[in-house]
Order: sequence, then structure tokens, then C-alpha cells
Amino acid sequence: MAKTHLKMTVNGQAVETLAEPRELLIHVLREKLGIKGPHIGCETSHCGACTVDMDGKSVKACTVFAAQADGADVTTIEGLGGPDNLHVLQEMFREHHGLQCGYCTPGMITRAHRLLQENPNPSEEEVRFGMAGNLCRCTGYQNIVKAILAAAAEMAAAKEAAQ
Amino acid sequence: MIPGAFEYHRPESVGAAVKLLAELGEESRVIAGGHSLIPMMKLRMADLSHLIDLQKIDDLKGIRIEGGRITIGAMTTQHELITNAALQDAAPILREAALQIADPQVRYVGTLGGNVANGDPGNDMPGLMQCLDASFTLVGPDGERQVAARDFYEAAYFTARADEEILTAVSFDAPQGGYAYEKQKRKIGDYATAAAAVLIARDGDRCTAASIAMTNLADTPTYSAEAGAALVGSGLDDEAVKAAVTAALSAIEPAEDNRGPVEFKMHVAGVILRRAIDRAWSRA
Ligand SMILES: Cc1cc2nc3c(=O)[nH]c(=O)nc-3n(C[C@H](O)[C@H](O)[C@H](O)COP(=O)(O)OP(=O)(O)OC[C@H]3O[C@@H](n4cnc5c(N)ncnc54)[C@H](O)[C@@H]3O)c2cc1C
Ligand code: FES
Ligand code: FES
Repeated sequence: MAKTHLKMTVNGQAVETLAEPRELLIHVLREKLGIKGPHIGCETSHCGACTVDMDGKSVKACTVFAAQADGADVTTIEGLGGPDNLHVLQEMFREHHGLQCGYCTPGMITRAHRLLQENPNPSEEEVRFGMAGNLCRCTGYQNIVKAILAAAAEMAAAKEAAQ
Repeated sequence: MIPGAFEYHRPESVGAAVKLLAELGEESRVIAGGHSLIPMMKLRMADLSHLIDLQKIDDLKGIRIEGGRITIGAMTTQHELITNAALQDAAPILREAALQIADPQVRYVGTLGGNVANGDPGNDMPGLMQCLDASFTLVGPDGERQVAARDFYEAAYFTARADEEILTAVSFDAPQGGYAYEKQKRKIGDYATAAAAVLIARDGDRCTAASIAMTNLADTPTYSAEAGAALVGSGLDDEAVKAAVTAALSAIEPAEDNRGPVEFKMHVAGVILRRAIDRAWSRA
């Protein structure tokens, strides 16, 4: 099947690549673009390890065809922060032991980022409901929720300080 | 988990999409949010040579409320149903049901049109649309027609929509009175073991109108006129509620699967329906 020319913005950079329409966005990101933050957990739309931000929505990149993403603006964990400039969420996951093996973490943080954009001051229940599309086999979720609530508080404090 | 190869199309109008469907024939299908279709294609339960993506068709988007009539474009996402303030005012049952579908990621992309057109008995919106007595707008090569949600579902994955038709919108009168969408599921992100949509209007202590439909308890969503009628005129005393539940349970035909045996599903259906009736009545 003929490959098509895909154009996307990924983490602020314009990228172009060739892909078959049926290829999944997660494979294009990881294998064609070398962006390996988003993981493949289940590949069946259930675990959320592959979560990326696409046009301002949290989506499971294993359930998006490459062709559907043509023209999209995609942000992955790499676009949020790196080793030298951790995002507040990354800091708080470290601080509050929001990860153990870390496999679910890029999806968790990318999803939590969008959740806090939409609801900067969530209750614990809202965090749990808003994170329900992301599974973790290690932590029991308690510290993930703590880390997200702490990040929300940090972000609010930083915003206040800036005013 | 990679589906078979297909050619991809992204038309920008309903007319262009219908034309593609008609020209490309049986091996072509539209894709909306893809969150039912892509999993099926990965399992190779659907094998298609052409996918026609509806994402660029602006006419299929948006929620309009005019003179008590609500019209929702097929490409409106479940997330939009949850966050639209005017819809929350006019028909809060949509938000209540949409919040119980899947998980946040799925709701950002899953559409109302895809949910009702799919024909999977597990989908939550079809039962709700039957409860609301909604009408589906279908556009095909010969023009536009309306089909009532209560006449749309024929069997699992078989609907009144012809292959070359696109479902463009869903419309219904803003419901009056109390409402509830109650769903039992094994975990967040699961389809219903049993779910019930209930609308009840009330004048003083008397029920003046009631509509009841159930989800995932038969090959199709199950609207039961008898169940609603059993409540009308009553004060929702135990006897009337029992009669309504009995009527609804006689209309369903659950099948044994990994959500449990038939007896269990009948039991859960009864419990869920009773809860939905209580909640709708308390809000009426
Ligand atoms: C993990 C997971 C959990 C889920 N849980 C639930 C749940 O609890 N309840 C629930 O209701 N759903 C659930 N879903 C399904 C989800 O809501 C789907 O998004 C929805 O069923 C289909 O909408 P879509 O826009 O993704 O449609 P698609 O997958 O794109 O399409 C589905 C079918 O409908 C057809 N179609 C789509 N739009 C149109 C149109 N406008 N005109 C004609 N035909 C059309 C397509 O050709 C296809 O055959 C779940 C999905 C996942 C992945
Ligand atoms: S890998 Fe996409 S949801 Fe699990
Ligand atoms: S930290 Fe191991 S899966 Fe979440």
C-alpha cells in the first residue's frame, strides 16, 4: 500500500515523514520519529501508556491512525520537560514517589498535564476520575494522585507569585 | 495489532463523503473518532479498503438548541457533550450518560454519531436516544431522511442506515421532568453489564409521562413502552415500580458472556432500572 506524506507538529517542531495510512500514531512517533517517551502497554486502547496530547486533547496514540493525525499538533512527555528542565509534574512524581517501574509514567504525566490545563484546582476525586484512562501496575495510584495534587498546588503558587 | 491496509480519504463536505461512499462501495466505511472501528480493524474483524474520515466536515459539528428542539451534529464528541453548558441546562441526561462512557481519552475523540451508528449493543447512547425518542438524520445519494432511534436498530451491528448513507445529526425535544442514566459496569472503561435510561414527568404526586430504555441487555437497545406506561398515573408506589420493572425485564434478552450468566444480568437489570426510576422521580 502506498505510503503517504505526513506532516505534523511534534513538541513544537514541524516534522514530515512517510507512513502507511494504517500505521498507528504510536508507531510513527516511536519508530519513525524516535520519540520513545510514549510507551506501548496494551495496544488495545485500555492502559493509557501511549497517551499523547493531540490538538489539545489527551488521546491514546495506539488508537489513532497515522493518516488521521496528518496536520495535528502533538505533544509528548519529551515536550513537557527533560532531565535538565523537569516539568512541575515530573518533579512532583519524583518527590512523591508517583512511579516505581516508570512504564506508565509518560502517559500519566501527559494526561495529568491536560487535566490540570482544564481544571487547575482539582479535588482528589476529580483527579482520580480524570486519570481513569491510565493504568499503573506498581504504585496503587495513591502517590500518583498525591503527585498530581501537589503539582496543581505548585502551579497555582507559581502563578500567584508571577502576578 | 496492525490492521489491514486501506486507502484514506478526508472529504470536506457531506456531499463529497456520500459520493465517495457510493463510488467506493462495500469495502469503504466512514471513520469518526475511530474508537470502535480501529479496535475492530486491529482484530481484523473489519477489513476495509477505504476509510473516509469525517473530521474535516464542519457541518457535522456542533450543538444547536432552538425552540426546545436539540440538534447535535454527528461529529460532536462525548467530551463536548460533557462540557457544553447549554446542553447541560437543556438536557442534563446527556452529560450524565456521557460521563459513564469509557474513560477521558476515549471521550475526547469518540463521537455521538459513531456511538449511535455503530450498532454495538454495548454502546450507551442508543438506549438513551430511544428513551429521548430522538430522530437520526441520514444523508445518502438520494437525499436526506429521518429515522426514529426506536426504529433504527435491527440486530447487533445491523441498523436502518444504508451502506452509502451518513448519519449527520441527532435531534430530540428537550426532555421535561426528572432524568437518570444508571449503569452497572465492572470497572471504569467497561461497557455496561446493565444500564437504564429513564425520564419521568410529574404533576404533584402523579407521574404524567415516563420513558424507559435499557442498554446491553439484548441484541439492540430496548425501549419498553409498557414499562413507561406502568408508571403513568401512579404515584410511583412500589406496585407501579414493580410493574414497570417486570415489563422492562420481559422486553430484554441478555446473553451469557464474560459479564455474567443470564440470571445475574436479569437481576442486575432489575436493580439498575429501579435505581434509575427512583433517581428520575426524585429529580422530577
Ligand atoms: C476502552 C474503550 C472503552 C469504551 N467504553 C465504552 C462505553 O462504556 N460505552 C460506549 O458507549 N462506548 C464505549 N466505547 C466506544 C466509544 O464510545 C466509541 O468512540 C464509540 O462507540 C464510537 O464512536 P467513534 O466516533 O469512535 O466511531 P468510529 O469508531 O469511528 O465508528 C464506529 C462505527 O460507526 C460508523 N460511523 C461513525 N460515524 C458515522 C456517521 N456519522 N455516519 C455513519 N456511520 C458512522 C463507522 O463507519 C463505524 O462502523 C469504548 C471504547 C474504548 C476504546
Ligand atoms: S498502549 Fe495504547 S492504551 Fe495501552
Ligand atoms: S510505575 Fe510501574 S506501571 Fe506505573
